Amino acid sequence: MKFLFTFLRKILYSAILLLAVIILNFMLLHLAPGDPVDTLVGEMGGATPELIAQLRVDYGLDKSLPEQLLTYVVRMAKGDLGQSFNYDQPVVSLIMDRLPATLLLVITALVLAIFFGTLLGIIAAQKPKSLFSGLVTVVSLAGYAAPVFWTGIMMLILFSYWVPMFPACGMREVGSGAHGLIYMADVLKHLVLPAVSLASIYLAIYSRMARASMMDVLGSDYIRTARSKGLSERVVVYQHALKNAILPVVTMAGLQFSQLIAGAIVVETVFSWPGMGQLAFDAILRRDHPLLLGILFFSTLIVVGVNIFTDLSYRLLDPRIR
Amino acid sequence: MRTAFKTWSVCLLLLAAVMLVIGPVAVNAETPKRGGDLVAGYGQFPRHFNHAIQSGAATATPGTQIFASLVEINQKWQPVPYLAKSWEVSADKLTYTFHLVKNATFHDGTPVTSEDVAFSFEIVKKNHSFGPSMLGPVDRVETPDKYTVVFKLSKPHPALFLVLSPPLLPILPKHIYNEEENGPIRKNPANIKPVGSGPFKLVEFKPGDYFVLERYDKFFRPGRPYLDRMIGRKIKDPSANFIALKKGDFHMALFNSGLRLKQVEALKKMKHLVVTSRGYEGIAAIYFLEFNLRKDKFKDVRVRQAIAHAIDKNFITQKLHYGYSKPATGPIHSSFPWYTDNVTLYDYNLKKANQLLDDAGYPRKANGIRFSATIDWYPGEPDSMDTIAQYLKPQLKKVGIDVQLRPPADFLSWYKRIAGWQHDMTMSNIYSWGDPMIGVHRLYLCNNQKHVVWTNTSGYCNPELDAVMAKAAVETDGAKRKALYVEMQQLLTADVPLIWTHEAPYQSIYNKDLRNVITSIWGSMTPFDKVYWKDGHAPK
Repeated sequence: MKFLFTFLRKILYSAILLLAVIILNFMLLHLAPGDPVDTLVGEMGGATPELIAQLRVDYGLDKSLPEQLLTYVVRMAKGDLGQSFNYDQPVVSLIMDRLPATLLLVITALVLAIFFGTLLGIIAAQKPKSLFSGLVTVVSLAGYAAPVFWTGIMMLILFSYWVPMFPACGMREVGSGAHGLIYMADVLKHLVLPAVSLASIYLAIYSRMARASMMDVLGSDYIRTARSKGLSERVVVYQHALKNAILPVVTMAGLQFSQLIAGAIVVETVFSWPGMGQLAFDAILRRDHPLLLGILFFSTLIVVGVNIFTDLSYRLLDPRIR
Repeated sequence: MRTAFKTWSVCLLLLAAVMLVIGPVAVNAETPKRGGDLVAGYGQFPRHFNHAIQSGAATATPGTQIFASLVEINQKWQPVPYLAKSWEVSADKLTYTFHLVKNATFHDGTPVTSEDVAFSFEIVKKNHSFGPSMLGPVDRVETPDKYTVVFKLSKPHPALFLVLSPPLLPILPKHIYNEEENGPIRKNPANIKPVGSGPFKLVEFKPGDYFVLERYDKFFRPGRPYLDRMIGRKIKDPSANFIALKKGDFHMALFNSGLRLKQVEALKKMKHLVVTSRGYEGIAAIYFLEFNLRKDKFKDVRVRQAIAHAIDKNFITQKLHYGYSKPATGPIHSSFPWYTDNVTLYDYNLKKANQLLDDAGYPRKANGIRFSATIDWYPGEPDSMDTIAQYLKPQLKKVGIDVQLRPPADFLSWYKRIAGWQHDMTMSNIYSWGDPMIGVHRLYLCNNQKHVVWTNTSGYCNPELDAVMAKAAVETDGAKRKALYVEMQQLLTADVPLIWTHEAPYQSIYNKDLRNVITSIWGSMTPFDKVYWKDGHAPK
């Protein structure tokens, strides 16, 4: 019951947050010089003032700003995210086209980072002064320190050009007509470099965190008890210690999910990955506010969803949290 | 070293001469092969495929594959039959009669008729950004029968054939695009599911990601096109494009696709690629530094001339652009038939520049500075904008002008500043679009001072020049027209409202196994029905 209440309260907060996000971004985007029609004129290499005026009327940009905002919010409340100026298509269909690509990239990167980060952290924690532990620290810090676009370009040069194992860009072989398993294998092949690039930043954080937290847990009384019961080291580490040690990693992953989406914009740019990041980036440059607001709406939904999911996973990992 | 270079040049010249003799024979000996895909990465990706309502190379490049036009323009600037198999021009040059081919169909199977031509004319005149300058002189289009179209002009139009060519006047099917039945043309769903009569039809389109064009089997030129498919992919990061071209995954890059010239230089060394400056004769892009003549400091022509003398154009083209660009001498691109270098040329001469500034009444102050000024530019073309801006700052300091660079936040920030006439100086670039009256006049006409970029934002006005341009716009005699444009170039270079720095370093980059890639002044904005792979497929 109490849980349900907390849950409902969270949803209410999220709705308020969402409205604030929309109004704030609408205003911010209008503070920037130019509008979608100016973008169009720039692309066309100029136009007559008459044509420009006609375009403004066509796109409803001749109305006052509060009027435009009101129209937008009212329409949104009805569940209509409107048309993108840039693509002349419904915002929802554009986003639905791109959302799976972004989710695939971000979730793969997150899983890679958590899995390998924790694993490396645990191994390093068992012998904190060993060469391996030092190596993990150095490699993960290097990954953290390197800007992600640089990592991406290096990956491209190394694993796409010198050792041509993976394709340089995109999410699939265009026009191959492949479907089913072959299509999945194709997407997987395209996914490796972007996902590893994106994971490289977070790998460091998670491995450092897992290492510290594991060392902490391994020094506690109940682990000594477990060891004195004669349990094998493997059981002690992976069954008794891991559950406690991983909590901070989960917290961090939940908190950082929004950053991960932001990081995805850069990776999507380097690898021409057809995700939402690219869409958002173009929407800002072209002042395509229906599209940008639609993307922010969906990203906010995702982040809120992930936070709720993080809360739930605490309860699974640690029954003391209610 | 010099001698070695000379020997080399002689060898190359000899080789070229030999190739000229045997070249055509060798080409004729090769029969075109059917099949294969052509994959290209785009920096600027089309939003839709209707270039009747959207000018610009991004839309016209795939658009000219999907839609056919009345004529094509070859590399010698001559019209070649396309949808029109023949034509007559009346003696007074006011009536143009075109006879259409009878076997042309749109991709939905309906025949192409004179009605569609008349309809497309109306759409372009009303919605294309150059509509008025391109089709203003055309009074009406008559359709005496299904396969005859008559253009009735109110005054002679020397650029009419050019306007009727693929990048500028695509023929749209009336039954799909007319506004009475299908709503406003800008909202027509067919803009992203186009139906044309060109050699390729669109089969797949993911906005901002990729498109796939497939051979149209009932294309009216028998046996054409040769290629099975043309695939375009949006590439945001030039490094990925660079690697894909090097690997051979991509077969073509146009307008440099965002590649830096350093990368172009590296691609030129690859054995499987051709890198050539051909294919941009019609676009004829010129970069320039524009003065805002509304600002007092630039009102005196001597100040503008001084700055012209202070810029070493050869340094820009040879050092900054590795020889990929050419110094521009005036408002007209050297690829144009109307070009002349018999104009006021400004040699690199700091002494003269300082003298002119002294004479103009801007002496150096105690700190060595005469006056300060800002330079704006827009992002996305680092080689032609950012590096030159960085060169100009110390360079103009040498003649006592303190330059503040205003790097752009994004394109629209620049746009609003220039359209608002708030700049001192700005760097910019203009596409000439095949004829001065379409792409060039707009920068200089007195009455075209608009709050829109690429109009006369410098605020220059010279009634004498206006009169010359007005005459050139209706002069159909080639020699007389050229004389008028020579006069125009001389007037403008004397007044220097802008300093034309260089001609665009655009290169056509494509796989050497591709044939007939460049057959028109429009380069890639021309139907690729004649393009084929040497072996009938892309190299493995």
